[in-house]
Amino acid sequence: MKDNRWEAVIGLEVHAQLATKSKIFSGASTIFGAAPNTQACNIDLGMPGVLPVLNEEVLKMAIKFGIAVGANINSPTQFARKNYFYPDLPKGYQISQLDKPIVEGGYLDIQLNENDQKRIGITRAHLEEDAGKSLHEDFEGMTGIDLNRAGTPLLEIVSEPDLRSAMEAVSYLKKIHSIIRYLKISDGNMAEGSMRCDANISVRKKDDEVYGTRTEIKNINSFRFVEKAINYEIDRQINILESGLKVTQETRLYDSQSNLTRPMRSKEVANDYRYFPEPDLLPVILEESFIESIKANMPELPAQKKDRFIDEYNLSSYDASVLSADIELAHFFEEALHISNSPKLTANWVMGDLSAFLNKENISISDSKINSENLGLLINRIEDSTISGKTAKEVFELMWFELKDADQIIEERDLQQVTDLKAIEDLVNNVIKENPDQLSKYKSGKDKLFGFFVGQVMKASKGKANPAQVNDLLNKKLKE
Amino acid sequence: MPELHSLSLTQQISGLRKSKFSCMELIDTYIKRIEDINPSLNCFISIENKDILYNQASESDKRYANNSPLPLDGIPIAHKDIFCTEGMLTTCGSKMLSNFVPPYSSTVVTKLKDSGVISLGKTNMDEFAMGSSNETSFYGPTKNPWNIEFVPGGSSGGSAACVAASLASAATGTDTGGSIRQPASLCGITGIKPTYGRVSRYGMIAFASSLDQGGIFAKSAEDTAFLLEMMSGHDPKDSTSINTEVPKFSLEINNNLKNTKIGLPIEFFNQEIPTYLRKSIDETIKVLEMLGASFKKVSLPNLDLGIAAYYVIAPAECSANLSRYDGVKFGYRCEDPIDLDDLYKRTREEGFGYEVKKRILTGTYALSAGYYDAYYLKAQKCRQLIANDFQEVFKEFDMILSPTAPDTAFKLGSKTKDPLSMYLEDIFTIPANLAGLPGISFPCGNNSGLPLGVQLIGNHLQESSLLKVAHNFQLETDWHLKRPII
Repeated sequence: MKDNRWEAVIGLEVHAQLATKSKIFSGASTIFGAAPNTQACNIDLGMPGVLPVLNEEVLKMAIKFGIAVGANINSPTQFARKNYFYPDLPKGYQISQLDKPIVEGGYLDIQLNENDQKRIGITRAHLEEDAGKSLHEDFEGMTGIDLNRAGTPLLEIVSEPDLRSAMEAVSYLKKIHSIIRYLKISDGNMAEGSMRCDANISVRKKDDEVYGTRTEIKNINSFRFVEKAINYEIDRQINILESGLKVTQETRLYDSQSNLTRPMRSKEVANDYRYFPEPDLLPVILEESFIESIKANMPELPAQKKDRFIDEYNLSSYDASVLSADIELAHFFEEALHISNSPKLTANWVMGDLSAFLNKENISISDSKINSENLGLLINRIEDSTISGKTAKEVFELMWFELKDADQIIEERDLQQVTDLKAIEDLVNNVIKENPDQLSKYKSGKDKLFGFFVGQVMKASKGKANPAQVNDLLNKKLKE
Repeated sequence: MPELHSLSLTQQISGLRKSKFSCMELIDTYIKRIEDINPSLNCFISIENKDILYNQASESDKRYANNSPLPLDGIPIAHKDIFCTEGMLTTCGSKMLSNFVPPYSSTVVTKLKDSGVISLGKTNMDEFAMGSSNETSFYGPTKNPWNIEFVPGGSSGGSAACVAASLASAATGTDTGGSIRQPASLCGITGIKPTYGRVSRYGMIAFASSLDQGGIFAKSAEDTAFLLEMMSGHDPKDSTSINTEVPKFSLEINNNLKNTKIGLPIEFFNQEIPTYLRKSIDETIKVLEMLGASFKKVSLPNLDLGIAAYYVIAPAECSANLSRYDGVKFGYRCEDPIDLDDLYKRTREEGFGYEVKKRILTGTYALSAGYYDAYYLKAQKCRQLIANDFQEVFKEFDMILSPTAPDTAFKLGSKTKDPLSMYLEDIFTIPANLAGLPGISFPCGNNSGLPLGVQLIGNHLQESSLLKVAHNFQLETDWHLKRPII
């Protein structure tokens, strides 16, 4: 922010595509990437006389989310029609929820820094169907409509305007991402559009009680863009206010290419959705026993996992928090740990070398070229002194590129440490004998030369001597 | 032997079972009658191909020969053109769907087909079921078989007229505010609108989803009972369909009228109706009293809110239901649109008729920001008040009785310039739709050669009681046997 007299007020609307096999109101498949209009049935096409039938899976998924964020589950919950014309909206209305959304009034805590947390309110989360896609590129002067996505279930999660910076917004978004993936209710893939974000942003003087005029930025599709779009928009609004003008309430789009937001054409913005209760779907009564059975089968959530990692494995709060943020990373860690039995070392490897390699190749943990078992075995070879920590880094790299396990690499390259005391003693004696000058300087008080002797011994062993044994022996021999 | 078309459906089934005539003969009779008579009445929008009809009849005959006929095997019926029929044009009486051939059939069509009936074709109707005279149809009005200068009622006027003229043994209809009962009354036949949710709405083109209900026209209550039994039942494809067992209507109609308590709503009887209609209703009451039913005046104090509430709720729902007709995916599309707005505007301007556009506009207005509470929400509250009134009455009474329509059929064109008097055609029928209750209309008199009808409205799922009263009445009287001279 340019000027610390200003404060941003941000609320996010997150659309999470629910990971059901079939659509929210029809039996058509939801798989991403099929040929256009091959996964749209008569119901998705809004043919005359067809009727929606609710997919019960979406209720379970929404309830799971509601429980995870400490919210109320509304029963009965009611669907409503949201009316607007657009070619990729087959019925001319979207079945959504207005009054009585399935989830209402929850919260989640985001980590501001090592020590501070902040509680962000969740106003509501409601179920709705997605629209299709308009394809403007491939048809000269015309628009193609692909209705494969029409009817895909979405959970729209609306936050309170509790966020005060782009960083907080990203942190909140990552937390939502983490939770929906833990609950296995969405894959949260922002690139494929299975998680999308709209941001409502306004700016006010720090001590102002009332909110400023807000703008809404639609359909931001990556964490990085959320941060950039919000920062851009905050600066834009401050500039407007500082020059004495007023912010216009409008819907804007983020252009990631030029990193700016621009107003949407007014035609793309519907003003009056004329909501009314969906007469084709009766209000859904959610039995207490149904909700209780979901509650009883809730998986461990990120916050609980973090606490367990601290208690059970004695990890630092920071390590536990990084390792528990992503469910697959957490699984990988615990699987590797199951083999290695060394929590700290395993945590270091997962957060260190492994994450670095994943980042470098821009792949997710599920595509890691070293699996959890092999990482555990590598750590075992450090623990049992077969190789040194330094050699392990070399072995790790070879494992990654050659797709072999640690033992294979160690054997092929003859990287096993020399731990035979007699053999190391011979090397030490030789080095001392061959360097009389350094020996006399050391003995006259030049302690720093100890490192020289270690280096020489390691070099003579081609790096395979156990460094701890080398240290011990040199300590003894140099004092003789 | 009397002519086959003059037999009731029940008599036709019995004749087929006893091999007195064949399905081929039966279908042939109707094909010929349609060829002769339909041009002057305009009951049908589409007529099934003759070869297909003869083939189906021959299949039915084979099943009779093998002693394995389906319950209604070989009975020729017609479907209102609001029910989707796979592979056959389904227009809903509109230019908008004048090219629409659905790739699926409605549940009603499928169920009746499975019961063995043969569909002769699709009947004319007010556009998207919006009208009470069949005059809003894109395909021109259907004429009343009793006098072709008069309307058959609507919106299911084509179905009612074709049964009255014996162009089909029975015909399906839909009733959103009276669209089965009023044309049944004006055409002198029996028509039932079951409880909301009794018959699946899947594949039935929506007008006002919370009010629409499929039903049936036939020549007698007995025929109606048979058909309703075949059409009814829970459908997983319609979330508003009721999951309960379907009674044996065709057996239950034979119960007597002892202990049947019928209320006469003072609010209905205070309406100005012609003396001849009042007289016919009084005579109907006398017959039913003689058969064991008892009558008492009752009050439904909120009935006067019905028409107003209906003309907010129905247009509101229709404004959303008809949004899908935008020229993008199916149906009529204007020629050479210059852009998206032009496509929408001209497609809907050219594809919809006046009455439909009027109701879409009314409904859009009623749902608009700032008006929703004053119109839609208030109308829903009125609806609840009316439903409560009925429940209060049904604590003591089995049903209520009233005229079906305010008069006999009216002349073509006589009410098109007077929408209020057209809307009042449904004053007695609308409350049943608002409360989701079953209603039946059956003939009870005649004036100047035009039929008069009486209506019964019962409690939820009590179709059997209504059919029983109508059947007992028809065993005692012959109004239902009177046929127009064509």
